Amino acid sequence: MSTTRVAVRRSPARRAKDAGWGLVAVLVFCLFVFPVYWMLNTSFLPNNRIRGEEISFFPTPDVFTLDNYRSAMFSQERAPFGPAVLNSLSATFLTLLVCLVVGFVASIALTRFSFKGRRTFLVLILVIQMIPGEAMIISLFRIIDGWALINTIFGLSLVYVAGVLPFTIWTLRGFVAGVPKELEQAAMIDGCSPAGAFWRVTFPLLAPGLVATGIFAFINAWNEFIMALVIMQRPETMTLTLWLRTFLMVTQATNWGAVMAAAVLVAIPAVIFFLIVQGRMSGGLVAGAVKG
Amino acid sequence: MSSLATEPAAPPASVSSPPRPRRRRRLPTVPWLLLSASILILGVLTGYPVVRMLVMSFQEYERAQVMGMPAEWVGFDNYTAILTDSAFWAVLGRSILFMLVAVVLTMVLGTLIALLMMRLGKGLRLLVSVGLLLAWSMPPLSSTTIWGWIFDTQYGLVNNLLTRFTGERWFGHSWLLDPLGFFTILTFIIVWGAIPFVAFTMYAGLSQIPGEVLEAAQLDGAGAFARFRLVMLPYVRTIVTVLVVLSMIWDLKVFPQVYALQDIGGDRQKTNTIGVYIYQMGMGQGHFGTASAIAFVFVAIMLLLSIYYVRRTMKEEEL
Repeated sequence: MSTTRVAVRRSPARRAKDAGWGLVAVLVFCLFVFPVYWMLNTSFLPNNRIRGEEISFFPTPDVFTLDNYRSAMFSQERAPFGPAVLNSLSATFLTLLVCLVVGFVASIALTRFSFKGRRTFLVLILVIQMIPGEAMIISLFRIIDGWALINTIFGLSLVYVAGVLPFTIWTLRGFVAGVPKELEQAAMIDGCSPAGAFWRVTFPLLAPGLVATGIFAFINAWNEFIMALVIMQRPETMTLTLWLRTFLMVTQATNWGAVMAAAVLVAIPAVIFFLIVQGRMSGGLVAGAVKG
Repeated sequence: MSSLATEPAAPPASVSSPPRPRRRRRLPTVPWLLLSASILILGVLTGYPVVRMLVMSFQEYERAQVMGMPAEWVGFDNYTAILTDSAFWAVLGRSILFMLVAVVLTMVLGTLIALLMMRLGKGLRLLVSVGLLLAWSMPPLSSTTIWGWIFDTQYGLVNNLLTRFTGERWFGHSWLLDPLGFFTILTFIIVWGAIPFVAFTMYAGLSQIPGEVLEAAQLDGAGAFARFRLVMLPYVRTIVTVLVVLSMIWDLKVFPQVYALQDIGGDRQKTNTIGVYIYQMGMGQGHFGTASAIAFVFVAIMLLLSIYYVRRTMKEEEL
């Protein structure tokens, strides 16, 4: 901590106060981390430690086990893990790819051209994002069913694309607008065509924005549950979130070790990708919002 | 790619004349062409479903209609049915009550944590941030299973600790069966996951307030609470309003957490929130027409709630 340097000038009362706030900070940290720690802890404990009146707070080497992960992934009683991973990955990447390409093209139109209807389109994008997907499940189910796309990755991805695209367009639009037009104009003075200037100058500068937006799309589709519940109705077409849910439905006593292992498996990609882009999550709302 | 390939005569011309003054004002076909894919997707997969929902909400649409029976127009029957159904009002009231509690808790605790972060040194602030980020990044379904396990009837940590410290035997006590307990756990899940966004955003906003202003207030004798209420809050008023609106929207449409908790052991009838109710009415019982009417009411509520957010964003982005 850097407080030691400054502490010389501070009164004892002030130092005591700082220590108090430090204590509160550690407490807050513990409160937020505890559930995650508890999930990991349980996932590495053998069943006799989980189902006992003793509490095991750490999977010490003598009891540490990977059995829960083995049970979660390979048990014959539940929906198979492998296909669920494959389904989740396919739907997620299909969604990501379509959203990035379609959204990117749209964001160019919305930032580099001025035309009648542009504002209306943007407002519409904003309003669409406010329609709760939970309200749409019934009609989307009827429509996807009508196209005979129930239980298909394609059908699910279509619904995901519709859900994620408005956000993608909105975010990418911000990134593209952030690259000054003057850069392109300079390239055009040097002899580039408008399209050439865009591809050679603006596009490379957008790479970080595209990656960040893509990761948002990934996390959204990866964690999605409701649409998958409606559209993927057979065990072999389940996505990972549906697979995780099957662990909770078992009527006899829940095997919490396996559930926690499964929860870890579902969370790992989401957490990793989230940590990569977290810096961009809260910034947008604040920019320019403080009354100066 | 290169300009030479497409417009052989261009380079000499563009050197002498300033960068093609009005050439950028093209025919509006180009932007619409670029938007065509988005319009197609959103039209077919968002516009059409909304229309379909509206149409179904005025029809008798049951399992038979799914099998191919023609759907009969019934006017406002579905709407009068739900609006006179006490179960619907119970679900709506429950959802709104839960939303209010969750939003208040999230905002108050999130703001307190943001204020705490302002007082901390770099190291401790990083520590708090790491904890917040971890909670924030958990997939909703994973966090629901974790909290479900902590409050488990048989071997859950809470029952275990209660048994240890109260001397009474809590093993076998079900927290989820009682609706109040169910919603308490749901509140834990939602608030735990929602605080990080509020805390980070509030912190980002509060740390933009010029230090002199706060110092001046302090010199004038303003206590910590007065400084917060009279100096900080006016600065971040718009941020607070947006956060409240977004939180209201998110907490009103909570779905996977409720659904999974019901799987673990809740009484569905007594714990449905509006999203889950729509699902059960439609997918579960096959009353697609009634479910569509509820869904439409739900959309209307959400759009009403978001008017402020949409208008502010439009102003912010200078649309």
